[in-house]
Amino acid sequence: MTQYAVMIFEGADELPPEVLEAHGALPGRVAELGGKIVAGMALQPAGTATTIRGDLLTDGPFLESKEGLAGVFVLEARDLDHALALAKLTPVVKGGVEVRPLIGFSGAMD
Amino acid sequence: MLAATARVTRDLDVAEECVQDAYVAALATWARDGVPDSPGAWLTVAARRNALNVLQRARTLQSKLPLLLEPEAEEMPEDETIPDDRLRLVFVCCHPALSREAQVALTLRLVCGVATPDIADAFLLSEPTMAARLTRAKKKIAAARIPYTVPDAAELPGRIDAVLTVIHLLATTGHTAPRGERLLREDLLERALDLARMLVALLPSEPEARGLLALVLVLHARRETRGELLADQDRSAWDRAAIAEADGLVRSALAEGPAGRFTLQAAIAALHAQAPSWEETDWPQIVTLYGELLRVWPSPVVALNRAIAVSMADGPRVALPEIEALERDGRLAGYRYLPAAKADMLRRLGRNDEAADAYRAALALAENAAERGFLERRLRELA
Repeated sequence: MTQYAVMIFEGADELPPEVLEAHGALPGRVAELGGKIVAGMALQPAGTATTIRGDLLTDGPFLESKEGLAGVFVLEARDLDHALALAKLTPVVKGGVEVRPLIGFSGAMD
Repeated sequence: MLAATARVTRDLDVAEECVQDAYVAALATWARDGVPDSPGAWLTVAARRNALNVLQRARTLQSKLPLLLEPEAEEMPEDETIPDDRLRLVFVCCHPALSREAQVALTLRLVCGVATPDIADAFLLSEPTMAARLTRAKKKIAAARIPYTVPDAAELPGRIDAVLTVIHLLATTGHTAPRGERLLREDLLERALDLARMLVALLPSEPEARGLLALVLVLHARRETRGELLADQDRSAWDRAAIAEADGLVRSALAEGPAGRFTLQAAIAALHAQAPSWEETDWPQIVTLYGELLRVWPSPVVALNRAIAVSMADGPRVALPEIEALERDGRLAGYRYLPAAKADMLRRLGRNDEAADAYRAALALAENAAERGFLERRLRELA
């Protein structure tokens, strides 16, 4: 199995209850399809972030964008096709997800 | 051979090294024992054995790493056939998680075995740029674990389309170089033809693969006259055997129900190729086919080609409003064939001043020397 980070970029400020519910149901659905969510975290809104560049502190996220990073979870899947099929289940109101392999849990020889 | 070896290593760089090692071993062994009956099979077996050794070493290393706990079951069925391996390799190279540019470069490098400098040359890029593109793509395949599998039935149509698009792109790049004096890049066209033949052999029940092969065959059949406008090409220089083969493939693909975009393009190309002259082409039939194509593939370029066919079937007066609609649409802004088509219709209607303006607009966009020559000639004729 290979591990992938799934980064959720969400443009909506408030998530409707059905989306929150779908987030709660995601680990179960992933498991049904032969994958596993190993870890996950949801971030407070971008307005609560503080950025440090060298000695300079700024109020706000490192990358300003309409769809900010809202959460990350770690997914275990057989291969990229499997990981993409599972990541597509992530509920997103406005935006999308980025799937990226993790170092140490991927690569040619495992 | 590379495909079979890559199945074992799951890493294309390692697989390439294993194949090279196999060639080195062959030189020594064959010099001593003579060339085996089946040198290709010998090399494939040797390369795969090298790959398994590499894999074994990596596993030993891995077992010492506490983080990587589960060694995977040995998953190399012995009766795996080479054609399946090639097909897997094609699907890896044309995986939708890779950019189109990466797909094209990987297919040429790994499926066709074209050297990196030659690929760079074909796409007018420097060798380091192309090498970096290939390296990045191979790293992604290994790190993100793009699987060496033929997609299942549910996914296959979408995935085949990417493969067909890559091969088509090779053929059209071969057919018209985007810039410079040399319009024909026969190498790319030959490679596309090989790939299309291979795909038909590997996916015999896929009509669009046959459609694509037919389309590439027609381009190939007309290779001697490329650089002239289709209307002016010397049709006696076309390869009649290739056109007949394309026609047979189109008929067989059309017989299998609703045609896809490659089959429809091939049908149009085959009709052109069989017509005795530009004027005596079956234009009403071509308008119908473009209409079908527009339905399955709503692209403004297809709409432009349909409008040109309408101008031949029903006259430029009927077709001109369609061109003007495309101008308003805006998606073809900067596309040289739009003002060129408009210029031709205005010229045929005797509206010479407007035609000259349109020819000048087309000239401002055309980079290819042969096309520029044609447009300049037309402009002089109007003066």
